[in-house]
Amino acid sequence: MNWQAIKAIYVFEMARFFRTLMQSFLSPVLSTSLYFVVFGTAIGSRIQEVDGVSYGAFIVPGLIMLSVMTQATANASFGIYFPKFIGTIYELLSAPISFLEIVIGYVGAAATKALFIGVVILVTANFFVDLPVAHPVAMVAFLVLTCFSFALLGFIIGIWAGNFEQLQLIPLLIITPLVFLGGSFYSISMLPPVWQTITMFNPVVYLISGFRWAFFDAADVPVGVSLLAIGLFTLICVGIIGWIFKTGWRIKP
Amino acid sequence: MPAIVSAKDVTKVYEGGFEALKGVSLDIQEGEILALLGPNGAGKTTLISVICGMVSPSGGKIEVGGHDILTDFRAARRLIGLVPQEINLEPFEKVMNTVRFSRGLFGKPKDEALLEKILRSLSLWDKKDNRIMELSGGMKRRVLIAKALSHEPRVLFLDEPTAGVDVELRKDMWEIVEGLRQDGVTIILTTHYIEEAEAIADRVGVITGGEILLVRRKDELIQQMGKKELRIDLSASLEAVPDALGGYELRLEDEGQTLVYQYDTSGERTGITGLLSDLAKAGITLKDVSTRQSSLEEIFVGLVGEGS
Repeated sequence: MNWQAIKAIYVFEMARFFRTLMQSFLSPVLSTSLYFVVFGTAIGSRIQEVDGVSYGAFIVPGLIMLSVMTQATANASFGIYFPKFIGTIYELLSAPISFLEIVIGYVGAAATKALFIGVVILVTANFFVDLPVAHPVAMVAFLVLTCFSFALLGFIIGIWAGNFEQLQLIPLLIITPLVFLGGSFYSISMLPPVWQTITMFNPVVYLISGFRWAFFDAADVPVGVSLLAIGLFTLICVGIIGWIFKTGWRIKP
Repeated sequence: MPAIVSAKDVTKVYEGGFEALKGVSLDIQEGEILALLGPNGAGKTTLISVICGMVSPSGGKIEVGGHDILTDFRAARRLIGLVPQEINLEPFEKVMNTVRFSRGLFGKPKDEALLEKILRSLSLWDKKDNRIMELSGGMKRRVLIAKALSHEPRVLFLDEPTAGVDVELRKDMWEIVEGLRQDGVTIILTTHYIEEAEAIADRVGVITGGEILLVRRKDELIQQMGKKELRIDLSASLEAVPDALGGYELRLEDEGQTLVYQYDTSGERTGITGLLSDLAKAGITLKDVSTRQSSLEEIFVGLVGEGS
C-alpha cells in the first residue's frame, strides 16, 4: 500500500476544502438555521409531536442526512472530475499507485468534508432544539457510513461525467428528490398507505430511518434493515468502482 | 549494458479500430538522450502514454529498469518522470504545493531541501508561493518539469517539451535537458522539430504511422543517410551541362554560375576526383568549391516520404 500517495491525495483535497473554509462552514450553518426558522418555528409550531418527538428535533437527522449525502456526493464527484477536466489525471495514472489507493484518497477526503459539515449542523441544531441521542455509537456509525457510501457514489459520478452539466445531473435529479421524499421532514407513517408502499422503494428511507432511530429510538423501518440497506448500497458502489478500475472505463483508453 | 527501457512488439488499437502502434520495439540505454521524431499522429504520444501507464497497451511487453510495466507497475513507474505535452496544472494551486503533491504521489517522503534544489535549478524558487495561474507559459512548463523531477526519476519522458514556445525558451529548455543528462537522467523526448533532435539528442528514432522506421546515433544517421553536395562556382556561366559531363548527376544553379553535384558519403567512391578531372578536360575553370551536408530535416522528410 502506497500510504504516502494516499496521504498526498487526501492532504491536497483537504487543502481545497480549507481554502474555502468560511464558505464550507458558513453555508451549512446558515441553511440549517433557515430550515429551523421555517420548519421548526414557523411551520413546526403548528405540527404536533411526531413519534413523541417535537417536530423541530424530529427533522434534525433528516437535515443532517440531506447535507451529508449531497456534500459527500458533490465533493467526491468534483474531486475526481476536476483532474479529468483539466488534464492533471495523467499524474494519477502514471504514479506508482493502485486504483484502490486513488479511491481511498479521494473518497476519504470527500467523506471527511461531509462528516465535518454533518457535525457542524448537529452542533448548530443544538442551539435551536433539545436533541437527545439514544444510541451515540450507532449515530456516529450511520453518519460515517453514509459519508463514505455517498462519497463512493460521487466518485462514480465524477468518473462517468463528461461535462459539468452531467456532474450536477444525478445529484440534482436523483439524490435531492430521493432525500426530500425519503422522510427527511416527515414520518413515513404520516403518508397514505399507497405512498407508504411506494416510499419503501426509496433507498434513502432506510438511511434516514436508521439515523433517526439512533437519536430517538424510534424508526420507520427496523434498524437491522437500515444497516443492511446501507451495507448493500456501499457494496454496490464498491463493485461498480472495482469494475471501472478493472476496465479503465472513462479514465484510461 | 541492459536497456533501461525496453519495448517489444508493442501494439495499441484504440476503440473504433484505429491502430496507433503497430508492433513497436525499442531499447533505450541508460544516460542517453533519445529523440523520437515523427509527424503529427505518428504514435509518439501514444508510445509514451503506454510506457508511462496512461494508456493500456493492446499487446507486447515493456520493461523499465527490468520491471514489467503491467505486472510490476509500482517499481517501473517509480523510475519514470513524465512531462506531458499539454500544460496540465491546477490553476489555483501554489507551485510548491503542486510539486510536493507529485512527490507524495510517488510514495516519497517529504524532502523540502530537494524540492528547493529542483525549483532553484529551474529558476522557480522565487515563484514557489505563486499560484499557477499567475505564471507565464514558460514558467508553467518549468513547473511541469519540476513535478516530474520531484521523485528523482531515472528516466524522464518529455512529450513535445518546446511545442509552441519561443526560441529563447526553447534554448533554455535544451540547457535544462543537458543539465539533467549530466545528472545521469535518461531522457526520451518527442518532437517534430528536427532542429531540436539535432541540437540535443544522442540517438534519433523516427516513427511514423505507428511504426519505428529506424533508431540510429544522430551523427551516424546524418553520415549514413545523408547526401552531400559539392557546389562548384564557375568563372564563366554555362547555358547547359556540357555533354562531356553527362555521366554525372549534375544540375546548374544561379543562372549557370554554379554546378551542383550530389553524392552519397556512404558509397565506396564519391566520383569527385573523376568529376574535377573531367571538368578540367572540358576546359571549364573553377572559381570556388564548397560542400554541404544534408540536414536531419532533409533526411527525415526523405524517410517519412518513403515510409508513407
